[in-house]
Amino acid sequence: MRTTDTSKMTFSRVSPGEGLKKALKMTPEEIIDLITASGLKGRGGAGFPTDLKWKLAAAVKDDLKYVVCNADEGEPGTFKDRVILTDFADLMFDGMTIGARAIGACKGIIYLRGEYAYLRSFLKGKLAERRNDGLLGKNVLGIAGFDFDVEIRMGAGAYICGEETALIESLEGQRGEPRNRPPFPVNTGFMGHPTIVNNVETFTWVPCIVTKGAKWFFDIGTERSTGLKMFSVSGDCGKHGVFEFPMGITIQELLEKVDGTGAKAVQAGGASGRCIPACSFGRTIAFEDVPTGGSIIVIGPDRDMLKVAENFMEFFLDESCGQCTPCREGNAKLLEGIKLLQQGRCSMKYLRELCKLGETMQLASKCGLGQSSPNAFLSIVTKFKDEIMGRTETAL
Amino acid sequence: MSIELNKNTSRSPLSQRIQPMGIPGLEITDKLVTVTIDDKEVTVPSGTTILEVAKQIGIRIPTLCYHEDLCVAGVCRICVVEVEGQRTLQTACAYPVTEPITVRTHTRKVRQARRHILDLMLSKHYGECYACFRNNNCELQALAKEYGVDFFRFGHPEKPRFKVDRSSHSLVRDMDKCILCRRCIRTCIDLQEVGVLEVDKRSDQSKVITFGDKPLGEVVCINCGQCINRCPTGALRANDPTEEVWAAIDDPTKHVVIQTAPSPRAGIGECFGLEPGHPLTFELNTALRECGFDKIFDTNFSADLTIIEEGTELLLRLHKALVEKKAVALPQFTSCSPGWVKYLEHFYPEYIPNLSSAKSPQQMFGAVIKTYYAQLNKIDPKDIVTVALMPCSAKKFECNRPEMCDSGWKDVDYGLTTREMAQMISEAGIDLPAMPKSDFDDPFGTATGSGVIFGATGGVMEAALRTVIELVCGIKVEDLFEHADIIPVRGFEGIRFLELPIKKVGPVPDLLKNLIPDWKWLEGATLKVAAAHGTANAKLVMEDIKAGGRCSECHFIEFMACPGGCLGGGGQPIPTSPSIRAARAKAIYSEDASYEIRKSHENPAVVKLYTEFLTDGPCGHISHKLLHTGYTPRGKYIV
Repeated sequence: MRTTDTSKMTFSRVSPGEGLKKALKMTPEEIIDLITASGLKGRGGAGFPTDLKWKLAAAVKDDLKYVVCNADEGEPGTFKDRVILTDFADLMFDGMTIGARAIGACKGIIYLRGEYAYLRSFLKGKLAERRNDGLLGKNVLGIAGFDFDVEIRMGAGAYICGEETALIESLEGQRGEPRNRPPFPVNTGFMGHPTIVNNVETFTWVPCIVTKGAKWFFDIGTERSTGLKMFSVSGDCGKHGVFEFPMGITIQELLEKVDGTGAKAVQAGGASGRCIPACSFGRTIAFEDVPTGGSIIVIGPDRDMLKVAENFMEFFLDESCGQCTPCREGNAKLLEGIKLLQQGRCSMKYLRELCKLGETMQLASKCGLGQSSPNAFLSIVTKFKDEIMGRTETAL
Repeated sequence: MSIELNKNTSRSPLSQRIQPMGIPGLEITDKLVTVTIDDKEVTVPSGTTILEVAKQIGIRIPTLCYHEDLCVAGVCRICVVEVEGQRTLQTACAYPVTEPITVRTHTRKVRQARRHILDLMLSKHYGECYACFRNNNCELQALAKEYGVDFFRFGHPEKPRFKVDRSSHSLVRDMDKCILCRRCIRTCIDLQEVGVLEVDKRSDQSKVITFGDKPLGEVVCINCGQCINRCPTGALRANDPTEEVWAAIDDPTKHVVIQTAPSPRAGIGECFGLEPGHPLTFELNTALRECGFDKIFDTNFSADLTIIEEGTELLLRLHKALVEKKAVALPQFTSCSPGWVKYLEHFYPEYIPNLSSAKSPQQMFGAVIKTYYAQLNKIDPKDIVTVALMPCSAKKFECNRPEMCDSGWKDVDYGLTTREMAQMISEAGIDLPAMPKSDFDDPFGTATGSGVIFGATGGVMEAALRTVIELVCGIKVEDLFEHADIIPVRGFEGIRFLELPIKKVGPVPDLLKNLIPDWKWLEGATLKVAAAHGTANAKLVMEDIKAGGRCSECHFIEFMACPGGCLGGGGQPIPTSPSIRAARAKAIYSEDASYEIRKSHENPAVVKLYTEFLTDGPCGHISHKLLHTGYTPRGKYIV
């Protein structure tokens, strides 16, 4: 049952345009300082400080800079950006425009997930309205010299294009594959120009922070993970959908709110996230504890954890770009290992080797995909050892 | 003299382009930073990669996808190191040092990761080392030894997954041995800007493919073989005809002659453990006799012949343009590099009229052997087998062009690469460097230094200039250039220009008297020439010509498909690098300097050929039939 009710969310209580107008009266430095004071960190999951990203891009001298909105929401179990794009697109565009003002960009791009193609005409309409209202185009809101416009570019369904450098490659018309970092996009991004790539939700919080004040945001959550966060909740619980919770919420509290108590595990952060067993439900959702881009998948007591792991590994095996060796070949080996475990044919020695391989993948892969793809496998293998070991072929 | 043509023609991704200075966005600067690698401290310019720093202080970091000639990819991950303060391991090849860092190159994590990466590669690498032409010269094999691989941790394929692609005359692709380092792709798309190869599919299904996964023989591949030289494993190799050559040698009814080009002679020592830059020209002659070849000739003879024909053709074109005021295609392009010829046929077919119709030295030699030489020695050409030892994989395609049968027979039967020749020699139990020296066979034994320098980029131009200057101006080249070394066209600069004012003309030499009455029309003119090597540079020149730039004002342009010219050819010993190519070039120029005769028109064998056989002179009827050819506009569109 879809239980998403956006009417009570913070985003509903902030009027579009208000934050933007206020922000455009500030200097770029003041905008960035405000974001610094709020403690806002990237809502895509990596939790990179937004102010720092903007500061770095602002510091580079270039006539052409880009603001890219990462709307390639592809993490399994994540759908909050879709809701934001549907219900709060104007706030998000406000956020992009504020970002452009902060770093001195004149072009914005929304990289829209291929599967969200149905939103394209709606968003295009929104952009046209904004141009009519003087919120985009030449001299935004009458501010001489501040030109900013946004175009929509479509993804084609590859998960890896959610990684910011792969996204930029894709925007440039290349195969979507992550680049070497450094250099970072803030320095050498789209077409070689400084580029900030932020998540849909990150941009959407910006006008809220401007409107309600940095202190309001900073006072919510934990010291290192401030503010509110949108969550996509799915799996074995009573209420599915998108919810707004403060950062620092414990998994137990979250489960209570979505009628998911009694779960045996929670997969936080989607396929690339971690599997948290019931004994650790006291842990908090925060960048310093259990990070998530918003995906919460509740795993009920009847689920077979090996099936859960298999599902995730199949996903990564499909979505690895195939560029670097650990990720390209490693995911296949981990999935093979799961199949061996299912058949009761995986020796402890080989399982240990696979766990080491998982560590290698985390350490040596080129991008976040390969670095996080073994997470689910490793956490399930270590936390649910009793459940997955000792199977025999006949038991299947 | 060199200029930068201000036109970017690269089609490769911005992030994967060779940058003149390090990594895009992070150029090497004057700022100095201190790096500590394995407790050794060193100060380097900001932007230097960890790998470069390590090399400077003698610390070895293994690499696979990294290649000195190519842009950084950072995909194989074998060069990972631990950088203090970083959560993950970093690739040494792609990590520019911009602030003081501490690096460790062989911690537990690093060793484990490298071993795992090798194990993962081997889990997909089908085949046995002892049944591979890269045995003992394979980067994967060497690393497996270095990291003590003694079992296949993650398995080893028992069956091939792909069909070996033997469709091309020049190259064989065996994707079962591919480790997806993508050096071939970067070579093709970025170094050569041909763009035949790309990755298809994702994850463990990814594979290097041609357009539409078509056989290599059916796509726009120019056969330059640069990908072979940069493949770390046995996935790419030249199409090897050694079995057929041995069979011809073993057949007592066959008269097997071999011509050897200058570049293989400068490079083959590398296959026998010598440092690059040791020419083994005369040792090779002895070894080839030992192998059983009946006659050993010097391709330099036909290189000299090419100069006469191509030079005459240029003078005729100029005469037509300047005196007869007729429309004629200028600048004239050289045609001795078969990779370049096929490149032009595919990418600039509208410029085919500019290509010199003179055949390459390899093909001229074949045609002369099966006609003049056969008559001279009273051998039935059907019993002659001509073999060409070339530094080149494209020469294999060239000798198989259907039009290359002007002698009435296949002009050149087999093209051998330097590597294949080395293989045959070692199979015959011969230690090449230890062989006594011996000379080439007559009647084509006499060669000149001009023929030798064909092997280096700019060499054809230099040889042509030596001859044109003397024939037209009636002076000695030495009067203009010390030791007749035309330095401006030498070197590895991508595109080089030379302008040569013709202040005074001499009498028309006997050889050309029936073609051109006098040189007066050239007096006061300025001959403008250029030389480009590597098809990426060729592309710059072509685009400049199209745009009516400086290159379009040239009269004669030398093009070589391979970086460095033939000495960097796709049939040369593996590995290759700028320093290896420079060493080979040095060997070639020193050989040139050692010749008594250094100008093509002074080659007595060539002069004799025109007196006895090609009696109506350069570009005459006989030479046109035997020594000139036509080309095929191929275009880029693949059916």
